[in-house]
Amino acid sequence: MNALKLKKGVSRHSAYNLRDPNAEATEVHTLAVLVDNEAGVLARVIGLFSGRGYNIESLTVAEVDHLGHRSRITIVTTGTPAVIEQIKAQLGRIVPVHEVHDLTVEGASVERELALLKVAGTGEKRVEAMRLADIFRANVVDTTLESFIFEITGTGEKIDAFAELMRPLGLVEIARTGVAALSRGAA
Amino acid sequence: MVVQALKDQGVDTVFGYPGGAVLPIYDEIFLQNDIRHILVRHEQGAVHAAEGYARSTGKPGVVLVTSGPGATNAVTGITDALLDSIPLVVLTGQVPTFMIGTDAFQEADTVGITRACTKHNWLVKDTDKLAETLHQAFHVATSGRPGPVLIDIPKDVQFANGTYTPPAKANTAHYAPKVKGDLEAIKQLASLIEAAERPVFYTGGGVINSGPAASQLLRELVDATGFPITSTLMGLGAYPANGDNWIGMLGMHGLYEANLAMHGCDLLINVGARFDDRITGKLDKFSPNSTKAHIDIDPSSINKVIHVDVPIIGDVGHVLEDLLKVWKAGGRKTNKPALQKWWAQIEEWKKADCLRYTNSEKTIKPQYALQRLEALTKDRDRYITTEVGQHQMWAAQFLGFNDPNRWMTSGGLGTMGYGLPASLGVQIAHPDALVINVAGEASWLMNMQEMGTAVQYRLPVKQFILNNERLGMVRQWQELLHGERYSHSWSESLPDFVKLAEAFGCKGIMVSDPADLDDAIMEMLNYDGPVIFDCLVEKHENCFPMIPSGAPHNEMLMGEASTKDAIGSTGAVLV
Ligand SMILES: Cc1cc2nc3c(=O)[nH]c(=O)nc-3n(C[C@H](O)[C@H](O)[C@H](O)COP(=O)(O)OP(=O)(O)OC[C@H]3O[C@@H](n4cnc5c(N)ncnc54)[C@H](O)[C@@H]3O)c2cc1C
Ligand SMILES: Cc1ncc(C[n+]2csc(CCOP(=O)(O)OP(=O)(O)O)c2C)c(N)n1
Repeated sequence: MNALKLKKGVSRHSAYNLRDPNAEATEVHTLAVLVDNEAGVLARVIGLFSGRGYNIESLTVAEVDHLGHRSRITIVTTGTPAVIEQIKAQLGRIVPVHEVHDLTVEGASVERELALLKVAGTGEKRVEAMRLADIFRANVVDTTLESFIFEITGTGEKIDAFAELMRPLGLVEIARTGVAALSRGAA
Repeated sequence: MVVQALKDQGVDTVFGYPGGAVLPIYDEIFLQNDIRHILVRHEQGAVHAAEGYARSTGKPGVVLVTSGPGATNAVTGITDALLDSIPLVVLTGQVPTFMIGTDAFQEADTVGITRACTKHNWLVKDTDKLAETLHQAFHVATSGRPGPVLIDIPKDVQFANGTYTPPAKANTAHYAPKVKGDLEAIKQLASLIEAAERPVFYTGGGVINSGPAASQLLRELVDATGFPITSTLMGLGAYPANGDNWIGMLGMHGLYEANLAMHGCDLLINVGARFDDRITGKLDKFSPNSTKAHIDIDPSSINKVIHVDVPIIGDVGHVLEDLLKVWKAGGRKTNKPALQKWWAQIEEWKKADCLRYTNSEKTIKPQYALQRLEALTKDRDRYITTEVGQHQMWAAQFLGFNDPNRWMTSGGLGTMGYGLPASLGVQIAHPDALVINVAGEASWLMNMQEMGTAVQYRLPVKQFILNNERLGMVRQWQELLHGERYSHSWSESLPDFVKLAEAFGCKGIMVSDPADLDDAIMEMLNYDGPVIFDCLVEKHENCFPMIPSGAPHNEMLMGEASTKDAIGSTGAVLV
């Protein structure tokens, strides 16, 4: 404990030595956010994440209750436990937000994502792509003599794995929906 | 319809500036006498004036501006209100709905621009929804943690006829923040209070937001426990500065004793404050050995930067009421012997006399000017606003506030140019009170056009400018932290403030000799009208104590105060 005797201009304190207090381990959480389906609500949620420097790994949104004008936004985010808590509290403050659920901590849940993959190729590679698609239970939803479009649903990891396998077999393009998730059980 | 809704919400004053996209509303205003419209000189001024009105009354401030530049000019003020939790309802005009998105004349995406700086905002496209939205806006602005809201109203929606929804019929049910605190947590806090040996109350703007009753309950609680109490810049006045247990403001420019009490305490009770970085300094060294309780209405304030042990989510007034009930009902007692030792320690720290400065007979020291202002005004019905900078900190240190809602300052955003327009809003709400804006010359120039408003509405606001011809706070940082490289921190080519006052049609007073100061202040006070008071002060005075950004509380820079004796005895408390 020391009261510094002032010498002008030589203080070791500087405005530049502020450091990131959140430099600790991060976790992945899936949040379900129920909102009024009104203009700008998605912008509010996204603006919150960009404005406060939070991460969005995946985001899906669609109306789930037409009469009640409710939409469900599913967000996969990463952060330290403290940041995740802050994200939930900040989401809860947005006026048209009704409920925020952290599916990662509120008991078991199921997560699914859908992807469409266009794979081009002929001969051996085409046969191999078809065989792998079978193993992954991907469906063919469009085909030409030189290409397939596969539809696959599953966890993010399953889709990652399938896409990795398709890459050397002629993967041209991929479209993913982002994660949809529900908690398990009756309630 | 807009004016009807405002009347039904009990609005008596609107601060605004007209333009094409709000003319239908201005027509309505013209045709009635219940609501007073104050014409400012710049939309930023309207918002700050509304903030001053709101902070000094506890009622929401109302602003009316046009589309495009009117709305963008208001953005700084709206952001200021967001950071300081001030309830405002801002109405902006918008181009007609069928022209939105066409880059129409004076079109700006106002709800887009203000989404991040309002608590909530709305674009109303249907006249039938207009009244209900207005009522919802008042509800959201004033419920829970207060804040600014904005309603963007296209011109065709203003012109069209629709059905009016009265306040009682408006649907506001969904937004209902919790005001009652969890009783178990409150009981837990009461037990901590009983056991505490080195406690401190750390109070903030939330007590002011909660209303005068909360300040009253806080005083009761402090009396009942005998604990020392410090406050943030935003909470000054909730507990009286002349109260027995007051140990002064804490934080970057807070008092030595307050900061060391925070550092050394074993129980820290945060009442409506948000662990701002001007308070905490270095986070991992912040109050390292204390159990922390936090009363706050906004769940996102809890554990945002500092982990707390006993969070209590609720309104300060409600929680303190329950806490006092629990305290009294249990016949609970504090640890008196330990408290006596703790107070003895605090008295030791006070001896450092951390605000000490060397006065001068030749030049007016800014601290001296404020001490004289305090002495000559403290018994009056007084309201103080400030600009931003050294003068703001000195005002917080040297003026005493014994009641809530008497101190209006831009804390969170630190907006230079806040004080003058804010003083107008305060004076309008309290026509017979003494309203003084303690200003730096640089900040004051940022919204000086509002002197025109003061003169037009005969608002006898006193602009007390501590003129150091420097961007003093910036100069201080450059001196202490940037190797004395005074890059662009001069106020060059300053106007002659006395002539400026004459040009505005008000009174100007200049003083530079300490011997003339009292007379000059009395002349200012006795003049029945707005005054620009140009007080030429020492140019290179620094504001101490100071905790540099990112430093812990116990590494405070002191000015001339000696801390030798006090520090010797801190070992017992500090680790
Ligand atoms: C140049 C400069 C220097 C500064 N130096 C200092 C300094 O030395 N010391 C200092 O203290 N400040 C200083 N400040 C101000 C600082 O930046 C912050 O604005 C201030 O510390 C925040 O005060 P607060 O914690 O009371 O929070 P506020 O911003 O007033 O927030 C209020 C808190 O209370 C909660 N709340 C609101 N209503 C209620 C209710 N009804 N019930 C319960 N809770 C409620 C809110 O959710 C929020 O968490 C300085 C500012 C400037 C511009
Ligand atoms: C709008 C705005 N711009 C810049 C700043 C940065 N800033 C903080 S204090 C200050 C100097 C203020 O000078 P003055 O008003 O003369 O007050 P003094 O510090 O000299 O008392 C500046 C430039 C700010 N707070 N607000």
